[in-house]
Amino acid sequence: MQPTCNAGVERPCEGGSVSQPTTASSRPAETLPADPDALAAALQATGYLPDEGLATAAHLALAMGRPLFLEGEAGVGKTALAHALAEVTGRPMYRLQCYEGLEASQALYDWDFGRQLLHLRAAEAAGSTGDVQQLEAGLYDRRFLLARPLLQALEDAPSVLLIDEIDRADDEFEAFLLELLSDFTISIPELGTVRAASPPLVVLTSNRTREVHDALKRRCLYHWLEHPDFEREVAILRQRLPEVTETLARQVARATAKLRSLDLLKPPGIAEAMDWATALHTLGARELDPETGARTLGAVLKYREDTDRVRALTRGALFGGS
Amino acid sequence: MAPSAGTRDVVDVVLGFARTLRHAGGGASPDRVEAMLQAVGHLDVLDATDVYWAGRLTLCASPDDLDRYDAAFAAYFAGEAPRKPQKSAQQEQRMAESAPLSASDAGSGEDTEEAPDLKAAASEDEVLRTRDVSELSIAERDQLRRLFALLVPAAPMRPSRRRRPDLHGQVHPGRTVRRALRDGGEITRLQHRRARPRPRRVVLLVDVSGSMSPYADALLRFAHAAVRARPASTEVFTIGTRLTRVTREMRLRDPDKALAASGHAIPDWSGGTRIGEVLKAFLDRWGQRGTARGAVVVLCSDGWERGGTELLAEQMRRLHRLAHSVVWVNPHKGRVGYEPLTGGMQAALPAVDHFVAGHSLAAFEELAGVIENA
Repeated sequence: MQPTCNAGVERPCEGGSVSQPTTASSRPAETLPADPDALAAALQATGYLPDEGLATAAHLALAMGRPLFLEGEAGVGKTALAHALAEVTGRPMYRLQCYEGLEASQALYDWDFGRQLLHLRAAEAAGSTGDVQQLEAGLYDRRFLLARPLLQALEDAPSVLLIDEIDRADDEFEAFLLELLSDFTISIPELGTVRAASPPLVVLTSNRTREVHDALKRRCLYHWLEHPDFEREVAILRQRLPEVTETLARQVARATAKLRSLDLLKPPGIAEAMDWATALHTLGARELDPETGARTLGAVLKYREDTDRVRALTRGALFGGS
Repeated sequence: MAPSAGTRDVVDVVLGFARTLRHAGGGASPDRVEAMLQAVGHLDVLDATDVYWAGRLTLCASPDDLDRYDAAFAAYFAGEAPRKPQKSAQQEQRMAESAPLSASDAGSGEDTEEAPDLKAAASEDEVLRTRDVSELSIAERDQLRRLFALLVPAAPMRPSRRRRPDLHGQVHPGRTVRRALRDGGEITRLQHRRARPRPRRVVLLVDVSGSMSPYADALLRFAHAAVRARPASTEVFTIGTRLTRVTREMRLRDPDKALAASGHAIPDWSGGTRIGEVLKAFLDRWGQRGTARGAVVVLCSDGWERGGTELLAEQMRRLHRLAHSVVWVNPHKGRVGYEPLTGGMQAALPAVDHFVAGHSLAAFEELAGVIENA
């Protein structure tokens, strides 16, 4: 089941830095949390509070070497999980932001053409003795290769690779990922094959602007992220924003939960709740009162229609109380 | 049956559960089941919660699967035996009534079948092109169906960031250097590249409510032709009392099969219309996230709104802000003396860029042109 490769596969690489990543061996052997609970505790220590399902998903992704596919509303902590996992495992993290028209040369690698030409000119100026083959081979040396996130993640394995908003990329790119995610190898025609020493922990996120192909999902563990429940949200606010008072955190969490139930154009995520709490705190509020709440609505609601609706609906009802 | 029965028959338990889920309509393919077994192996087999998550993470692939999964999990681990679901007889019936072109008015079935004269066929086609599809006989509908198969709506294009080799445009460093290497390191000629336009997404929202039933078949055929022409950049939804995505069904090559499959997927054939509510559902679940963003959105409806028109007007404004352009197709517009007087049309029109007819093949050809240039 080798991917379509060309002659480059057979040829041993010169320089060795491509096929044998040196950085990986210089890191101490990692010890991963033994079960979902241990992982949850470790994540908590970094400030990320996962629920049971998410901790299990992350644990399995690490144990089974499978990519983790995360879907959910914007602002529920999909991207943050990848950062937290990188911190827990001590691995370097590489992030690929997807967009329409993303090409392999922007995701994998590219040749540094400027330096290649310069090298050629320099050889000419030095009056190179004319071993053309050697000169040509020298042009496709590792030092002229610009590694992009996918190649970096493989070279630097074990690593964490975040492929953010895969739903924005097009079908062709998704199909290209299939190969990469099943064997974790990249073949560079001029250099040879790069194989990850151990599979990187891949986290794919999607906001569901488009249905991602089933073939890709089948290779991944799938998890749908919900907004956190009240207690978890309070805990997140408390942990991330220690300067905010307990009362304020609870009131913001309660008001945010209420906003989410209002069928708004953009229900606030955790990020918005944190922004709101920070805004209130900055204004010196120790509690959420109707007036300050209304003044800071812009931190939590991002559509005029939503703001109008909430203003009309909830004078006082939304804010205050404990 | 319960997970606590011991590790020996974990495989049997998992396979049994997968069967239950499959019967409930979940996609528990063999490789997914294998992944679940693997996942269970990494967790505590005797812990129901762990088994739940192992299955959910490996067997589900979209939020729509989750409810089904939860139900199947509860049913199976409560000891319920796997059983086949019964296809709703009512749904089959509805399908048969409304899917084919001939369905809507049985009255025209009495038309005597004329043996088609080959010489006359060409000019008949010409006449048929401009006839209202709701007034055709069965034989004429058959003929029109064949003409529909020839319809290839072209997609509108948009600029993109992708480049391809071209004689003019930006310099392409990679190709220039490769070319220079061939010429002994001398740059003899600059190579260029240029942006390549890409098809713009087209979203068709087809009203399948009762008042539209004479036209629904023709509209879905048009949608099918559009999906066949550009499968990757066309989306089709039906609207009525609820929103149904039928893009997947529409990708089937054969139009009749595609329509039959869509018929199965659509739960509200010939029901009422609540365009405002359904449009809101579309915008909430798909449109705002990206499906309608920068797309050409084609709404095919007569604008009969059962609910209030306030909501429709608001959602149309929202759609208009998201979409590149909004096309409204109303079959009645083809009639002489038609005025858009229904409340729904009145509410929607301010947010519509192109208001076109959609009652005959000629009108559909025109519509294809409008979409292409939208």
